[in-house]
Amino acid sequence: MTETLTLPQVIEPTIFELSSPGRTGVTFPEPDVPRSDLPAELLRADLPLPELAEVDVIRHFMHLSHLNYSVDGGFYPLGSCTMKYNPKINEDMARLPGFLFTHPLQPIETVQGSLALMYTLQEWLKEISGMAAVSLQPAAGAHGELTGVLIMRAYHRDRGDHRRTKMLIPDSAHGTNPASSGMVGLQVVQIPSDSRGNVDLNALKAQCDETVVGLMLTNPNTLGLFDEHLEEVIRTVHECGGLVYGDGANLNALVGVMRPGDIGFDILHFNLHKTFSTPHGGGGPGSGPVGVAAHLADYLPSPIVGIIEEGTDDLAPLFGFIHPPRSIGRVKAFHGHFGVLVRAYTYIAMHGAEGLRAVAENAVLNANYLRARLQDTYHIPYNRVCMHEFVAEGRFPGSDVRALDISKRLMDYDFHPPTNYFPLIVHEALMIEPTETESKRTLDAFADAMLRIAEEARTQPELLHEAPHRTPVGRVDEVKAARDLVLCCWFPENQ
Amino acid sequence: MNIPSHLKYTKTDEWFDPSSGKVGLTDYAQSQLSDIVFVEILVSEGEQLEAGKPIASVESVKAAAEAYAPVSGKVIAINSELVNSPELLNKDPYGSAWLIQIEGGDASALLDAAAYEKYCAEREH
Repeated sequence: MTETLTLPQVIEPTIFELSSPGRTGVTFPEPDVPRSDLPAELLRADLPLPELAEVDVIRHFMHLSHLNYSVDGGFYPLGSCTMKYNPKINEDMARLPGFLFTHPLQPIETVQGSLALMYTLQEWLKEISGMAAVSLQPAAGAHGELTGVLIMRAYHRDRGDHRRTKMLIPDSAHGTNPASSGMVGLQVVQIPSDSRGNVDLNALKAQCDETVVGLMLTNPNTLGLFDEHLEEVIRTVHECGGLVYGDGANLNALVGVMRPGDIGFDILHFNLHKTFSTPHGGGGPGSGPVGVAAHLADYLPSPIVGIIEEGTDDLAPLFGFIHPPRSIGRVKAFHGHFGVLVRAYTYIAMHGAEGLRAVAENAVLNANYLRARLQDTYHIPYNRVCMHEFVAEGRFPGSDVRALDISKRLMDYDFHPPTNYFPLIVHEALMIEPTETESKRTLDAFADAMLRIAEEARTQPELLHEAPHRTPVGRVDEVKAARDLVLCCWFPENQ
Repeated sequence: MNIPSHLKYTKTDEWFDPSSGKVGLTDYAQSQLSDIVFVEILVSEGEQLEAGKPIASVESVKAAAEAYAPVSGKVIAINSELVNSPELLNKDPYGSAWLIQIEGGDASALLDAAAYEKYCAEREH
């Protein structure tokens, strides 16, 4: 049986539909080693791999790329994702042949440059965060969380403390925090926010006992707010023997200004792809290094890069791999996403300490500028000076316009929509993070569009319900997409 | 907002029918979640439940949520229809979209319809 997926409006056929029998892109030369055929039982005739010339393939993917919205093409205020512009010098550095043409299994003497870069990046992340030691292994933010939670569990168990099974997570935390704790087999206890968007201290105190593994704190939280009782929150958890994990996904608000390690965070993960500008969205790759305070340094994933022979006045040190004695083990094949590490290193080197501080200051300034321009039109439930992002309600009294309608309409104005329906503690949430790389002109254009859309919601609500109108694909049926999953546009003959 | 008076309610938006022992998600819960696209019942028949234990995982186009046991007791039936028709949770939250049936549940600690209605109204702001 062969089924073809029928779309209401075909913008670009699938590569299978473009296939034409006999077309080829590459003609392989005769092999320079003896040919060995695949075993007959592994050969199959019913695998309709597409047959195309190189030009067909290039045009297909070029057309698809033109349908994309990207941060290189426009404003992308996707809250929590820190979609800042990624300087192109990062790409140049990641493509230097000395980095590009290496293999992680090469003898360390032949990759000293790469190891020196990793070592220096570890040192810089320690300096930026105030942590005592850093591992670069985790593949992305949530993987960094999992690594951190495994370290917390190992620390308690190592001390013979087996009663601790409870992870405290505020309702303003990132959604991955409960998932990471759940994967480690811990019981997640949600801590509510108070009326100013802080962790509710009384609710926290009520949960703090000898069964607490720790607290996973996103600060600034997903409302974009800095916790006004941060030191007391940390002290409360420490007093019951728990550890405090910092979700560093919002580090862009703090970098160069505040060091989480200085005020008592025990663990922090970094999202290099957010704070330190490496391309993300569309699936990565990210990079989620983990930093720990001195009492947890022995538990870091193994190996980390260290100096194994000190240098002299004339001779550079020899970099190699060292193995923390109580390590939770390896969490990633080889040494993490090395190409992302090169880009983050480049970004940090380019900015320096003062430049990084300016990143955070401008990220916070831009978010507050937008908040101030929108606050009289859009209800902002926890409305105080925010950090790098803020959350508005995408609804109006007496109107049936919703956050989704506003998001879709923004696409008609050529803006990427903000994150919507998160955090869950705000009705019809629109989570707006402009980042520091946007000019006042761009911010004003976005604010103007948001104000026009609010006006349209009053005068022409159907315009919003049916949006977007000016994009290659109109309003998609998200319910059908989620309920009737079709991941394959052809079906093998025998199924 | 539909809040039948013969049912009892939790602050986590489950309903409990003291006469049949059936448990489900309220109309308020389904309207907050919007279109539900996936449901998984996390308990099995014969299992002894404690109030507050997760009984089902529910996903909509907007969010993922868990449903919790409103009362302690023994699971005597689960609604296997829901796995194939999660949209029932939107269409018929108090009828065909019941999640599980619990035997021996004590509803005295739960909210009545009036108290639950007040609780829902408070959360709208």
